[in-house]
Amino acid sequence: MASSIRVRATANGGTTEVQALIQHPMDTGLVKDAQGQLIPAHFIQQLSFEHGGKTVFLADWGPAVAKDPYLKFSFKGAAKGDELKIGWTDNKGASDSTTARIG
Amino acid sequence: MMRAAGLLALLALLTAAPSTQAADAADPAAEAKAFREFFVKKFPQVKLDDFVNGPYSMNEDMRRQWEEKEEFPPYQFALDAGKEMFSQPFKNGKTYADCFDNRGIGVRQTYPMFDATAGKVVTLELALNNCREANGEAPLSYVKDEMASLTAYMAFTSRGKAMDIKLPDDPRARAAFETGKQYFYTRRGQLNFSCASCHVQSPGERIRAEVLAPALGILNAMPIYRSEWSGMGTTSRRFTTCNSQIRGVPLEPQAEEYRDLEYYLSYVSNGLPVSGPGARP
Repeated sequence: MASSIRVRATANGGTTEVQALIQHPMDTGLVKDAQGQLIPAHFIQQLSFEHGGKTVFLADWGPAVAKDPYLKFSFKGAAKGDELKIGWTDNKGASDSTTARIG
Repeated sequence: MMRAAGLLALLALLTAAPSTQAADAADPAAEAKAFREFFVKKFPQVKLDDFVNGPYSMNEDMRRQWEEKEEFPPYQFALDAGKEMFSQPFKNGKTYADCFDNRGIGVRQTYPMFDATAGKVVTLELALNNCREANGEAPLSYVKDEMASLTAYMAFTSRGKAMDIKLPDDPRARAAFETGKQYFYTRRGQLNFSCASCHVQSPGERIRAEVLAPALGILNAMPIYRSEWSGMGTTSRRFTTCNSQIRGVPLEPQAEEYRDLEYYLSYVSNGLPVSGPGARP
């Protein structure tokens, strides 16, 4: 199974731009399926990006974030070749993580 | 007197019928040319190859958003899944590649094609399911998920290749083309829209919050990730949802008329590049 996280991080001058796409249903718990049954809430609660043991981006998410979320941010203090660690946990206790090399 | 006139008119119609039919059925190549020229003339500012980008060729603001999105496209997961599925062998050890020319790589632009043995139009989606069934696997749903992933991967390997739909010198192929054309221009549904009402008459116009795509090259971008669907959709999904949106009753996915429609629309877009998989709002 391929990772649920796709990351691209590029250092440009002093800042590193990070883009990520995460595969997750992000069910709100308010939608019914074809049989009329509520689809239980299932969403990412926390998403973090770590660089050199330091959290550079931390997001507390809820059901309002769309399916297969995409995000983009930039931070200072990283160089090309550094490693970025990305992980999420959801409200059902599932999690996934991956690492990406800053290009 | 009235009856005599009516009879005469009927007679005239009957005798005239065969000849008018022949005159109506213009040469498909000329038809494709006229179809293309219509759009080129209507949108002189749009480059020919850009029509395949649908609403983005029509609207500068949407285009900027899309260009940013394409840096990290939403169909990425489907593409990866499709690539994996494509190489995974069936229970009998064969793969999808065994069913296609050039092992399925870079062949998207030749679909739909007319199958002379079966005497019908075979779309890429149908060919994939035929392949599965020939190898003892259950067919996939035509509208989304696996099927869309597979066609996304196949389209990706053909990106930039010019649409190359062949219309063999076969009356059945010609009839399929005509049926497709007729379906395209026939009004239906409670809203009484034809495909052409939106995609020939009004590309670039808004229909509620959406910007309508031009019919020229509209299938070159298939399959698409639609934010509205929050997922992928195939050509089948596009056709059926278009029909429901005009409050008509959609046909079954891959019904003969839909296949003929795909044949017609792809043929008139010959020469334009494959841009699929696409991303649409």
